[in-house]
Amino acid sequence: MALLQISEPGESPDPHRRRIAVGIDLGTTHSLVATVKSGVSEVIPDERGRALLPSVVRYLADGRTVVGYEAREAQADDPADTIVSVKRFMGRGVADVAKYGALPYRFVDAPGMVAIETQAGRRSPVQVSAEILKVLRDRAERALGGELFGAVVTVPAYFDDSQRQATKDAARLAGLNVLRLLNEPTAAAIAYGLDHASEGTFAIFDLGGGTFDISILRLTRGVFEVLSTNGDSALGGDDFDQAIASHWRKAQGLADAGGRETRRLLAAAREVKERLSSAERADVHVTLSYGQKLHLQMGRDEFEHLTAGLVQKTLGPTRKALRDAKLDPARIDGVVLVGGATRMPHLQRAVHDFFGKPPLKDLDPDQVVALGAAIQANVLAGNRAPGDDWLLLDVIPLSLGLETMGGLVERVIPRNSTIPVARAQEFTTFKDGQTAMAIHVVQGERELVSDCRSLARFELRGIPPMVAGAARIQVTFQVDADGLLSVSAREKTTGVESSIVVKPSYGLSDDEVARMLQEGFSHAGEDRDARALAEQRVEAASLLAAIGAALAKDADLLPPGERSAIDAAIGTLERARAGSDHRAIKSAIEALNRETDRFAARRMDRAIAGALAGRRVDEIGR
Amino acid sequence: MSIPDFARNHFELLGLPVAFAVDASRLESRYRELQGRVHPDRFAAGSEAERRVAMQWATRANEAYRTLRDPLARARYLLGLKGYDTGEETNTAMPPDFLMQQMEWREAAAEARAARDMEALGHLRAEIGEARGEMLHLLERALDASNYDAGCSLVRKLRFLEKLEEEIDDASNA
Repeated sequence: MALLQISEPGESPDPHRRRIAVGIDLGTTHSLVATVKSGVSEVIPDERGRALLPSVVRYLADGRTVVGYEAREAQADDPADTIVSVKRFMGRGVADVAKYGALPYRFVDAPGMVAIETQAGRRSPVQVSAEILKVLRDRAERALGGELFGAVVTVPAYFDDSQRQATKDAARLAGLNVLRLLNEPTAAAIAYGLDHASEGTFAIFDLGGGTFDISILRLTRGVFEVLSTNGDSALGGDDFDQAIASHWRKAQGLADAGGRETRRLLAAAREVKERLSSAERADVHVTLSYGQKLHLQMGRDEFEHLTAGLVQKTLGPTRKALRDAKLDPARIDGVVLVGGATRMPHLQRAVHDFFGKPPLKDLDPDQVVALGAAIQANVLAGNRAPGDDWLLLDVIPLSLGLETMGGLVERVIPRNSTIPVARAQEFTTFKDGQTAMAIHVVQGERELVSDCRSLARFELRGIPPMVAGAARIQVTFQVDADGLLSVSAREKTTGVESSIVVKPSYGLSDDEVARMLQEGFSHAGEDRDARALAEQRVEAASLLAAIGAALAKDADLLPPGERSAIDAAIGTLERARAGSDHRAIKSAIEALNRETDRFAARRMDRAIAGALAGRRVDEIGR
Repeated sequence: MSIPDFARNHFELLGLPVAFAVDASRLESRYRELQGRVHPDRFAAGSEAERRVAMQWATRANEAYRTLRDPLARARYLLGLKGYDTGEETNTAMPPDFLMQQMEWREAAAEARAARDMEALGHLRAEIGEARGEMLHLLERALDASNYDAGCSLVRKLRFLEKLEEEIDDASNA
């Protein structure tokens, strides 16, 4: 009888061992982490068995940070240092957050994105979100017994580029390898579609704590194709709480409620709202900070009347999404409800009436996004099981363009384009001898630059002096599979090429992430060099595995000279990995990437040639 | 951001004959097959070089599919391959009878819109849709017969009709 091998925890005798990958739903009110175990996607609970992590972060005066339930308990006592619904501030400026009404925070106008002054110092929404993500990462690593290979982090489909970039930065700051940013309704569709083996056209109606998304998807033969998406990234369950709280404030004559009062009322409003989903009437006792006791109540009819306008607000984007997909409501085979706020009965009625069919809600609306993200993460990490060869085709939610003369927007990539997508547009100079050109990148559907979101400004310099209108400046937009934009520009006529690749200005530079990481580790007392070394070693291992697999399959594509250069680079990286200098590993990784550039291109050519050959067989069969 | 040199044209990339007539279901299944091989999701665990090349090819596949799926974009692209520029921005000269018809439609649309007469807008939309269908048929014949000048002129006319249809749709949805 053969002896069974027992491996050390965190090690495996199998070189092709499964990589630990998770899906994370970074929500406005709650966040979750899920993973695929034995082919089934499951939420990972905390040590007390709770699936949800309240997205609440409290900064204490002694520098400690508390995340989750404990922080949420403290929100009424320490409202200014307890950050609730931070997702609403991601990638937003001071003017944007002012629209959310009375909030108990000390906002600071920082470049690109608002920041919050806490007793532990100034914190950007990216840092606050990273605290939530770190807790989920630790939870997953503890539960799964090893370091994470990577994570899929979800974002509202209607998030613009700055909100997406901020989310990715937060994940990087939390030490996560982001395999993909995935749109929340699309994640829900994966969980739902694979669970039910569905085919047809579906509407995913996703009302979360702070965001509303509607996506129209077609599911056919293993392809999830998003036809259109729309939404409102400033509409969610929080607004229903605000409506109740402001009604009480008026009714009780609490004209100028301070931070603590605001938090207490909002927490009470939230409780009443949730209870009204099953009860006809709900009441709550609130003690204000100066001792006044209030008995607050509300009936379901009153609540529905009070918030009818908010429910109606979801139908505008729904109509637009259907219109962009060129479908009417009757053509939708099923409507899936996602997000805790879709538990409200009057919202369900409105969706039912609009589509003329009862919505599907058999998967937990709080969990379905994380479950779908975990399934995608598992596949992206390379743990693809037979039958897992489904494909996901998503779109960008908002058009991308450039400012032209007169403050008008020239659209370069229209909304609902399938990603990845690139598009180029040519411009010219308007003055004789003009040598520089200001390029202003915007996102939105309106004609005027002032009505769209400004994403980045940069200058193309070094244009050779020419008469007005002679220069041909080509500006190229590239949106990757995460829905993130990069822009480059070059002058074409004279053979002199100036080119710049911009990273939009709101994003964090690598240096800033490094600085924030350093700050975070000095607080936690961790050794940042040890952390960096561990990260570079993991990255080196995954690169070596990827190159090894590529060589095993397609080594015949390499001329001898190139092969020996790659082997030399592999050797250098292996030696560096055995050492303890993380910078040496990083530069060896970069060198190996450079050496394998042409090899990667040739391998892709072979894959495409294979696709063409496969077709010929298919044609003979027809 | 260097874009690889893609020697194949959109038709070749998707394994289709270089012609205006395209079998929509074949186009779709080939696009999906190609995307299944090159999509960045297939290389998320690959090297940086692989991920970049995958993004470029998937971008290219999306562009080819988007172009060939839409008859007008397909005709414009096919004419470009043959060295013809449809000149939709620069050449706005139209035969008088086509312009007369345009004006009639535009007036009818404006009247129906002012009167909020959705039924009239619907009829008008159907009439224009029918005219567009006939014109697409002519376009296919012209391109099959290598009559590219006629093809360019038909693309320009079709662009007019498309804009008119968009305006009516906007009015209907307002």
